[in-house]
Amino acid sequence: MHSFGYRLNALLTFAVTILALMCAIASLSDNFNTPSPSAEIQITNINWFQKQPQGNDEVSLTMNISADLQSLFTWNTKQVFIFVAAEYETPKNSLNQVSLWDAIIPAKEHAKFWIHTSNKYRFVDQGNNLRGKEFNLTLHWHVMPKTGKMFADKIVMTGYSLPEEYR
Amino acid sequence: MGLFNYILLLYEPQRRAGIIMLMDWQGQKFVEQIMQISLLVFAVIALVAGYVLGSFHLMMLVYAGGVTLTTLITVPNWPFFNRNPLNWLDPNEVEKHHKPQVAVSLKKKATQK
Repeated sequence: MHSFGYRLNALLTFAVTILALMCAIASLSDNFNTPSPSAEIQITNINWFQKQPQGNDEVSLTMNISADLQSLFTWNTKQVFIFVAAEYETPKNSLNQVSLWDAIIPAKEHAKFWIHTSNKYRFVDQGNNLRGKEFNLTLHWHVMPKTGKMFADKIVMTGYSLPEEYR
Repeated sequence: MGLFNYILLLYEPQRRAGIIMLMDWQGQKFVEQIMQISLLVFAVIALVAGYVLGSFHLMMLVYAGGVTLTTLITVPNWPFFNRNPLNWLDPNEVEKHHKPQVAVSLKKKATQK
């Protein structure tokens, strides 16, 4: 502590080390949060359902997505990334997951929402297995923190199915 | 900028005397304790304030303020850190007691080895 430069260095180093500890504690505090999210998806319309020239099935659908994800937000949350995936089984793959729509929720106020939208990304199969296929729609979320650990979870909604014939 | 100039002024008597007056040992020990405790206390205050009010931004602001305040208190060579100065030999006294003269050639030979 014998000179200006020495003291300044010691102070800044200690201050930054403590800052790292504070960020770790902030991240740990996220574990005390018990979220209670809810979501519901309705398929209002199958717009079209065709077999592409390459031989893969493709379907376009319109959904009502409503959710209340406000309880996911903590003081250490930067944003929540959500996406809707269609999940189904085929002879070739035990699990197919196709992402249909996603969004970034930047703040708690925007976390309770209702949206009427067609699928943002194409729902294409590896093959032509979609006729009459039963599938789940799963809402996944990633709670992205300001510092520390990211939490991810999902809600699985079952009972959706595609038409027996192409349209 | 005025504050910076004031801090520089603290070193003016030393600059004029041509010496560097550092903190005395008591002062250094004191300053180290103040620095560590102050930073820790501000960290705790910032964490609690941020968590309770639900604002990460607030925690950062409180802590940044605490670091700045601690810097102002502990880093410059304030006078009250120099209450027990070590009394080095006054420059006037040096003239009265000449250092023993070592022959220049002898010194050169010794250092060349």
